[in-house]
Amino acid sequence: MRQLLYSKRLAPYLFILPFLVTLAVFWVVPLSRSFVMSTQEVLYGQGTFIGLANYERLWGDRIFWQALFNSVRYMVLTLVLLVPIPLVLAALVNSSIGSARIKGFFKASMFVPALTSVVVAGIVFRLIFAESDSAMMNQVAEFFGFGPVRWLRGDITGLVALLAIALWRWTGVNMMYFLAGMQAIPSEYYEAASIDGAGKVRQFFHITLPNLRPTIVYVVTISVYGGLAMFLESFMLYAGNNSPNNQGLTVVGYLYRKGIEENDLGFASAVGVVLLLLVMAINISYLTASGTFKKEAA
Amino acid sequence: MAVQQTTARPAPGRTGPGREPGRRSIGPTAAGWIQSAFLVVIALIALVPILAIFVGTFQDGNELIRRGMTFAVDPTSLSLDNYVLLFTDSGPYFRWFGNTLLLTVAQVAGTLLVSAFVAYGFAMYEFRTKTLWFIVVLLVMTVPFEMLMLPLYVQVNDMGLADTYAVIVLPFLAAPVTIFFFRQYFLGIPKEILEAGRVDGVSEFGIFFRLVLPIAKPALAAMAILNGMICWNNFLWPLLVLRSPEKFTLPIGLNTLLTPYGNNYELLIIGAFFSLIPVLILFLAFQRFFIEGITAGAVKG
Repeated sequence: MRQLLYSKRLAPYLFILPFLVTLAVFWVVPLSRSFVMSTQEVLYGQGTFIGLANYERLWGDRIFWQALFNSVRYMVLTLVLLVPIPLVLAALVNSSIGSARIKGFFKASMFVPALTSVVVAGIVFRLIFAESDSAMMNQVAEFFGFGPVRWLRGDITGLVALLAIALWRWTGVNMMYFLAGMQAIPSEYYEAASIDGAGKVRQFFHITLPNLRPTIVYVVTISVYGGLAMFLESFMLYAGNNSPNNQGLTVVGYLYRKGIEENDLGFASAVGVVLLLLVMAINISYLTASGTFKKEAA
Repeated sequence: MAVQQTTARPAPGRTGPGREPGRRSIGPTAAGWIQSAFLVVIALIALVPILAIFVGTFQDGNELIRRGMTFAVDPTSLSLDNYVLLFTDSGPYFRWFGNTLLLTVAQVAGTLLVSAFVAYGFAMYEFRTKTLWFIVVLLVMTVPFEMLMLPLYVQVNDMGLADTYAVIVLPFLAAPVTIFFFRQYFLGIPKEILEAGRVDGVSEFGIFFRLVLPIAKPALAAMAILNGMICWNNFLWPLLVLRSPEKFTLPIGLNTLLTPYGNNYELLIIGAFFSLIPVLILFLAFQRFFIEGITAGAVKG
């Protein structure tokens, strides 16, 4: 025992042991079982091997493709919104003009939405995007000259509501990432550019953006995951996993419906495996692109 | 205490509007004012949903659910009825509140201890499979929990752990993001401290608990805040594993109020508002730690 506590050779393994145990019990075992289950028909806890039948069923499943389309569409649109907008806001906060107090207030206000749970955010946005003509978003719509919209009934208008939640909750956080990245850029770069006569806009494109590349890659990656894994926002906005014509159904929502609501574990596992492979492929290409493998190996 | 320092302290190199030599046609003062006005407008838009929910606590719940939240609030319709209801006959609300508090405190304490412990192993020692395992940490870190939810759900059901608080906490004690953050922090601690401890006859674990943890307070604070907020708001995993109503947490409980056949809408809005209060207070007090913790993932060492 004494030797165990004092051994410098054994110590690191004992220190990382909790992680290894967690990994084995809560990751490796469940995921391996999930792979096995995806090749089975599971009834009352008994699995019967049916080969790739679940995957074939998945391939021909119109609802699955619709859910995948919804997830990818949402992911792409959140990327389009949640990278450039926070980037510009961060550049404004980082600029030398303007009052520091107002910037402090701005940063704090933008961060507050990230503190809310998805439940609270969902409840509020459901009420903001309500159907009555006196609901907030319909008042905004009226201001811009179009009639009351039944937001959550239509595919595109429902998507607008989902994107509004994403924009509200994550603009501030992404802005903070970019701001941290910008403040790490040495000010000498800007001074040198200033002397060479480069204006603010040119400085942004030629100094800020290239030096911010690692942060941008990171934000894009987490946005890709977040987008593909989106479920709860839709679950809360539509007050459950069912939306008109499945317009709010995402891949994870489909996984939840099949696996947890309908207890069709074999088929749901196949959905999960496809999703996991998709995410792992993105993950590994990100870690390769950002040079993390090389850096950690060195 | 570093309370409020972030907002009050002018950033280095930046002073008020109009102090910079101007260029272009609009003067620095004008540009500064335009920028400030723009930022204030955006900030106010971001605060609208929070303000709406605050105003909603004074409005009739059923009316709110039926007609939605509106800018045209009728001041005469506002009342304290919801507050009276919440503090006299709130049903299970404060039970959810207490459950969430208990679970948050337990999970934060456990996660900090276990994750710092693991991170210490990665930061302070050289061993053969270190790179391999650390890459695994990075891989696990970025995989969204949604990918794991079904296998994990099946697993804990079979282990007979469903509907317990243990199962909400256990899989996440060795939290990859927290491990990563602590590792970065420990890498900056001089190794001489370890050697000095060894010379004094302190065990490897004694060095961690008695010499290193006490000087890691800023990292502990940032991670306590981050994990505290995550636990307080945790929804998906508890939604899957909790069955007994007396074990419900705030997000789970509030979600049960949002049913089409509900008759507790008065409680829904004010309950949602009061669930925000603890996090908001912590944020106002420790804004710096919040931002440090949440943006921690992007810091690459």
